[in-house]
Amino acid sequence: MTITVNGRDYPVHEAQGEMRLIQFIREDLDLTGVKNACDIGACGACTLLVDEQPMRICTTRVKDVAGHRVLTIEGLRGDGGGLHPLQQAFIDAGAIQCGFCTPGMVLTAHALLLHHARPSRAEIRRAIYTNLCRCTGYQQIVDAIEAAAVCYEQIPHGIPETLNPRP
Amino acid sequence: MADVIPGAWRNDAIAKVTGRTKYADDLKFVNMVYAAPVYSDFVHARLIAVHTENAERAEGVVRVLTARDVPGANRYGQIVHDFRVFADDKIRYHGDVVALVIAHTRDQAIRAADLVRVEAEPLPAVLDPEEALREGAPLVHEDHGTNLINTHRVRRGDVESGFRSSDLVIEEHFETQFVEHAYMEPEVAVCRVRDDGVVEVHGSMQHPFSTRRFVSALLGMPLSEVEVIGTPMGGGFGGKDDTAAIVCARAALAAKLTGVPVKLMYRRDWSIRESYKRHPYRVSYKMGLTRDGMIKAVQCRIVADGGAYCSVTPWVTWRSTVQCCGPYDVPNVHCDTFGVYTNNIVTGAMRGFGSPQMNFVVDSMIEIVANRLNIPALDIRRKNMVKQGSVTITGQALDDHTVAMGQVLDTVVKEFDYETKLARCAHGKGDEEEQYGVGLAMSYRGVSLGAEGVDFCAAMINVQADGSVLVETGIHENGQGAESAMVLLTAQELGIRKERVRYRRASTSVIPDSGTTVASRGTIMGGGAVVLAAKELRQKMACVAAHMLQCSAESIIFRDERLMAEGNGNAVTFDQTVEEMFRRKQFPHAFGVFQAPNVTWDEDHGQGKAYFTWVYGCQAVELTVNRTTGKVSLLNAIAAHDVGRAVNREMLEGQFFGGMAMGIGYALHEELVLDGGRIVNTNLNTYRIPRSLDVPEMKAIIVENPDPHSPSGAKSIGEPTNELMAPAVANAIHNATGVRHHRLPIRPGGTSTRARMRKSVGG
Ligand code: FES
Ligand code: FES
Repeated sequence: MTITVNGRDYPVHEAQGEMRLIQFIREDLDLTGVKNACDIGACGACTLLVDEQPMRICTTRVKDVAGHRVLTIEGLRGDGGGLHPLQQAFIDAGAIQCGFCTPGMVLTAHALLLHHARPSRAEIRRAIYTNLCRCTGYQQIVDAIEAAAVCYEQIPHGIPETLNPRP
Repeated sequence: MADVIPGAWRNDAIAKVTGRTKYADDLKFVNMVYAAPVYSDFVHARLIAVHTENAERAEGVVRVLTARDVPGANRYGQIVHDFRVFADDKIRYHGDVVALVIAHTRDQAIRAADLVRVEAEPLPAVLDPEEALREGAPLVHEDHGTNLINTHRVRRGDVESGFRSSDLVIEEHFETQFVEHAYMEPEVAVCRVRDDGVVEVHGSMQHPFSTRRFVSALLGMPLSEVEVIGTPMGGGFGGKDDTAAIVCARAALAAKLTGVPVKLMYRRDWSIRESYKRHPYRVSYKMGLTRDGMIKAVQCRIVADGGAYCSVTPWVTWRSTVQCCGPYDVPNVHCDTFGVYTNNIVTGAMRGFGSPQMNFVVDSMIEIVANRLNIPALDIRRKNMVKQGSVTITGQALDDHTVAMGQVLDTVVKEFDYETKLARCAHGKGDEEEQYGVGLAMSYRGVSLGAEGVDFCAAMINVQADGSVLVETGIHENGQGAESAMVLLTAQELGIRKERVRYRRASTSVIPDSGTTVASRGTIMGGGAVVLAAKELRQKMACVAAHMLQCSAESIIFRDERLMAEGNGNAVTFDQTVEEMFRRKQFPHAFGVFQAPNVTWDEDHGQGKAYFTWVYGCQAVELTVNRTTGKVSLLNAIAAHDVGRAVNREMLEGQFFGGMAMGIGYALHEELVLDGGRIVNTNLNTYRIPRSLDVPEMKAIIVENPDPHSPSGAKSIGEPTNELMAPAVANAIHNATGVRHHRLPIRPGGTSTRARMRKSVGG
């Protein structure tokens, strides 16, 4: 079995396949950007993209994503390896407070914008309904996603899948 | 170049948006082991024994700790030392921890925790604060002799004569719920003993110094041998004080006794089960007014459920008492407040700190009496609100800062087109399916701790030999952007680019104990200390620059990275001055201490100068209520708050929106349901905080009246934004449906959270 995380292939053996994906990503791959806030699939803090679709990985096993492409927040990059425009938009809009929901929120928004060119504010709210944020009241998060949308028209498929940065 | 970054700025944003920020659970140490707490299913019981043998024999288990293993004080607390870090004599609530299992993996620790057996003799539990006050009620703390934690009062004028001279006297009863902070990151602690013998604590907490006191007490070690290093925190909202400190203390004990690093990361259900909540209040409120709407008297009785341990109940209820009439000038007041022990979940600090409950009551009352007198509520507000020079109900003259109550009210009324909207309200009449309503509420709020505590804060600015600047304060970054505000203030005060300035995250071993980052005191206190430190540093640097420029030190101004002689325009750069200082064997280093101006309090009469300054806020909301289903849809919300001075606008706006959203949750969604003292909704699927579709589009209006008491001019914002949505929503729902709600959360459809929970858990 192989899983592809941020463009890099990881062979996984049978026993690892049964592991919780969140544990595998955080502990074995040391990609700690993904957060665990409820452990039961209720909050979205553990959202990753699997084949460009948001997935909550606290209730997922490693084998469930075998053969698929996983993107974590560490793999989201702009052209030239700097901040992705969506990330920059989150900063500019003041959409980040404690930051605990941010990785999941950014990836959920990224999936939305990859598939939906110019979402309305209501559509944005619907798309991030799955992700809880206790700090921001969502207002500036919606602002950020709305502002970033234009950039996706210029870069049709969002991201170059960069290599998984090792710590 | 970064100077021209558009939009918001914060020093930790890039790390957070790229996932590089290391929160406590992201830390790893070599040989680290994991801990898990053990609870019992008792709510109130005499503890006979905790049997740990089976757990000790389980796979991977290193050790199991109980109260017996505590070398220092197992009992601690911020006000009363009644918290048990491990249950010792009794179990007093369902979240009491009896043991801590340490194992090689977290899963092993969790599995073994089930094998600990608790032997105890159940005692009758007292779960209602009013019953707890009755003669003969079971005592939560026998040695305390009563279930009464504390009382507070306000006595002003003579309420009896006030009621006699009133044309209308109304008494109403209100109730509020237990509220969970629901910070997205549960409690975590990672502790190790360093080679120098110091116990090092990393954890998610909002008060490193309080944590250090808990750890040092539990371990019986001096404060100097415990170093607490706060990690970036995934939300706090007042909720990461006592419980977070206790979690750290347990992990520190485990590290000390096992000799290896220990991580104790809370599961959400443990966090909700054990951590303290916002107090539920029961309030009887009697108000007397003249025919033309002048408030003559208020009599109120406030009962707060303090749960099993004292925590900061006396402080929370003190603020409720001082602010029991909202921002209204009432000549005759008689208020009695009671904090009460029960066997329910502990209650303590939460954003607002005793004000959200009272503002719900007071600003509902204002509209109730307005309806009865048939006078516009706005008129009653304007007639009675505090104005420049007013005297508060505790006898404090509001004459030494700008009293902006009218300003924020007028701003909201105008910007929201409130009166036009008010004319459109359905009041339950007509036959439209969606009944329209708009509502408003306003408050004033004492800034910082007030007479609750000793209030001072330190900051250190240390310019390095190359001209880069380190700033550090005793204020903790809770996610609100405190560090960024300190950086911006430092840069402004020294006339340098913010990119020169780096915030050094404080460790308790470096900066003096500056109290807790609660009570919205981060910017005013920390910022005050930074401004004072910068002032001292400017003096030192100006002396040297004056020498270099052959002018007087007084004439030096700091601007554009230069020190300039006012008048002739001669200048040296910041860097040159720093270099010259080092050459002259002087450190460009300064230490600033901001001591809050004195406050006074006479507990017997409930009179005094309670806070050194006040902030003013007003919020409004428009909504519809579906006539058939009772479903509430929020359309728009607005807030205007006087913040003193805006240091970081986008961060400030974020505080507005976050506070308003949390207020919406308080008004409509959130309620922790207890069944026989056991919390039913222990995770985020059943404890429902607002999601993106539950909050409307919001508008934030920053009003600035720099405060003379604050060196930076800034006051506070974190909590004021969280205390007004509940009454605004209650008033809007009343204007939509004609029905007045006296209980939070409001459910116009009628199904209480309790009933829904019963259904969903099949009970
Ligand atoms: S941690 Fe996975 S949804 Fe909350
Ligand atoms: S920024 Fe704190 S939870 Fe979203």
